[in-house]
Amino acid sequence: MKNSVIMAGFGGQGILLIGNMLAYAGLEEGKHVTYMPAYGVEMRGGTANCTVVVSDEPIGSPIVGKPDAAIVMNLPSLKKFESWIKPEGTLLFNTSLVSPEKQTRKDITVYPIPANDLATEMGNARLANMILIGAYVEATGVVSQESLINSLSKVISERNARFIPQNIEAIKLGARQINPSNA
Amino acid sequence: MTETRDLVKGNEAVAMGAIDAGCLYYFGYPITPQSDIPEYLSYHLPKVGGEFVQAESEVAAINMLMGAASTGIRAMTSSSSPGISLMQEGISYIAGSEIPTVIVNMSRSGPGLGGIAPSQGDYFQAVKGGGHGDYHLLVLAPNSVQELYDLTILAFELAEKYRNPVMILGDAMIGQMKEPLLREPPGEIHEYPKEWALTGAKGRPQRVLKSLYLKDGELTAHNWKLHQKYETMKESEIRFEELMTEDADLILVAFGSAARISRTSVMMAREAGMRVGLFRPITLFPFPEPQLTAMAKAGKRFFVVELNTGQMLEDVKISAQGNQVDFFGKPPGALPTPEEIFEEIKKIYPES
Repeated sequence: MKNSVIMAGFGGQGILLIGNMLAYAGLEEGKHVTYMPAYGVEMRGGTANCTVVVSDEPIGSPIVGKPDAAIVMNLPSLKKFESWIKPEGTLLFNTSLVSPEKQTRKDITVYPIPANDLATEMGNARLANMILIGAYVEATGVVSQESLINSLSKVISERNARFIPQNIEAIKLGARQINPSNA
Repeated sequence: MTETRDLVKGNEAVAMGAIDAGCLYYFGYPITPQSDIPEYLSYHLPKVGGEFVQAESEVAAINMLMGAASTGIRAMTSSSSPGISLMQEGISYIAGSEIPTVIVNMSRSGPGLGGIAPSQGDYFQAVKGGGHGDYHLLVLAPNSVQELYDLTILAFELAEKYRNPVMILGDAMIGQMKEPLLREPPGEIHEYPKEWALTGAKGRPQRVLKSLYLKDGELTAHNWKLHQKYETMKESEIRFEELMTEDADLILVAFGSAARISRTSVMMAREAGMRVGLFRPITLFPFPEPQLTAMAKAGKRFFVVELNTGQMLEDVKISAQGNQVDFFGKPPGALPTPEEIFEEIKKIYPES
């Protein structure tokens, strides 16, 4: 098994954080992982993306031209990365910020998720990234939800540990967007 | 994999390697994309009894390093391309004075201020000199987070073994990427005799570390002595990795991040039934010329892939001794994808 995903959005949406989580989750499951961030000189509001590869075999390139999946949180990222996805690959995108008609490919599995709206309903708009990574893991099974949840303590500092429970709730809410019967 | 592996950023692996190699002093000035190295060491060096100094400039940092290392302790600096350029005078003095030091270049794009994207445009500077005079750095080119850690430890060893500055040449890609790291500190740090170190001359004859030789014939002899040292490195320290080269009709030659990307391209070519291999120099100086020459004599064809417009290419051409050498260069801006390099392989793969 080898699975690659590009995650992309505005700086500040927590793209690099969920990329780290997926890499930690893969590591916990004894898999080979690479996490490759790409960002320019921008700060919050600029663009950020990262590529995560999770594999049973040693990984060559951490750079991927045709990823198995993409998680897209804003329109510029959809425009840039939708065409990169492998045929029959997977796209999750944030319909709170990207209107569904902007999405064009028919040869991939598409999961439109109103991540910001769902997060706002939960009371914290910043959980949108957690909803998407929860949905991604449910949709692809690259790692288990349990490993993903365990990775939270690796990426969230002790100072902010009190926020972990709501992040777990957001991950589970994301998973339910894919599979409503998922607890 | 065991649970002792942790997900670590390349830059941090360098800093961990330095700590585990017994490095006690760091001098540097922050610059993207390597500032995680000083950040980590500023916190961890004092905890092991060392010192972290943020210098006022790269020029100051390299001279502080020269002074500290003159006493025989393990010390280092790190920077990225423009900062390494500023250090060249000091590096030349260190090489001339034969002071063991470790210098890390997580290179970015140039020339000039360039940008912060990964690049291999500093190959010539690292391998062919950079500073003035007839000297060489021993240059190590890691291509993974694990190797960044392991080669940093080796760098301190080799620096002392040869009394020579050792450069670790990485780039923004391997410095910024994260991978699992198995942090296994060497059980015992091998100490080389240091009868050159400036430790206070009380009760023993004075020692001098210098690069100025004015007496008749003195500098000639010094240069020949340095030359002999570089020849010994060529005999003893060449390191490389081969992947499926034995039956290959075409061998990709790439180092560091370019080798990492090329590895996947080679796998793609193999899946398509093409006999393609990868040769990865780990030491850039000494360059694995004898190994490449032997393969050229056996009829192998080389395809050099670099994140520049053709630098290591020259060394591969010398090694190939007239055999055909193809080249794919990607100057900074966007990294090549494995798919892109595979397309290039298809264009030149010899028809059978």
